[in-house]
Amino acid sequence: MPEMTKPRPKHLALHQIRLPLAGYASILHRVSGAGLFLMLPLLVWLLQLSLSPSQESAALFSAVMGNLLVKLILLGLLWAFLHHFCMGIRILLIDVHVGVEKQQAHNSAMAVMIISLALTLVFGLKLLGA
Amino acid sequence: MNRLVVGAHYGLMDWLAQRVTAIVMAVYTLIIFAAALGGATASREAWHSFMANGFIRYISFLFIVSLCYHAWVGVRDIWMDYLNSAALRVILHVLTLLALIGYAGWAVQIIWRL
Ligand code: HEM
Repeated sequence: MPEMTKPRPKHLALHQIRLPLAGYASILHRVSGAGLFLMLPLLVWLLQLSLSPSQESAALFSAVMGNLLVKLILLGLLWAFLHHFCMGIRILLIDVHVGVEKQQAHNSAMAVMIISLALTLVFGLKLLGA
Repeated sequence: MNRLVVGAHYGLMDWLAQRVTAIVMAVYTLIIFAAALGGATASREAWHSFMANGFIRYISFLFIVSLCYHAWVGVRDIWMDYLNSAALRVILHVLTLLALIGYAGWAVQIIWRL
């Protein structure tokens, strides 16, 4: 089919778009940043409870941390932070022209995905177990 | 190209600020992680005395300010990308800013009371 008659998408058909891995890693960087922002009040509250000298706060902290829903949210935020952190470092390196080549960029995006998931597993087990 | 889009060059400043704050947060994260390996999170008492240390309070303050500035630039970028209505954008920018300023005050107050 000649190039000019090729049907072009008139709108963004999201389910038809295929991104390279780095594209997905990049979207997840945005999603993770937004998720962390939305959950900041929970995190500050937990910081407060963890540092308050009162007995009630200590008990409340343990109760909240023992809640299954809170654990799931924290697990999600753990992944979000780790992905955002690793991806952030990748972006900063690319800013200073480290790893700009296509193959390198693909490999580093893969590394970000794998490392952040692996670390989520390691820290997550500690979080859920402890 | 000889075109001045805005007077204050705020785009470049924000780009730079997001990088500087990212580095501050990354370094702080590694310090807290190392401290946790060293036992700073082993008990409530250990955690409290670690966070009450003068130097740690100083860098915790820098972390909180960096985080809020970083999130302000980042979240504002997200609103700008997806919201077409100028009115809605202004409303959400203001709400984001107010929320972050409030969180910053709340978190700094937790650290500074230790
Ligand atoms: C060690 C910590 C962090 C590092 C290294 C980091 C790194 C970065 C970098 C380099 C960018 C710029 C991305 C770009 O220009 O394409 C960015 C964007 C962003 N960050 Fe972070 N960040 C960190 C923590 C956080 C936290 C805690 C939050 C939320 C509370 C956050 C929210 C965001 C948001 C919303 C964006 C904008 C994303 C976008 O425009 O797609 N970041 N981060």
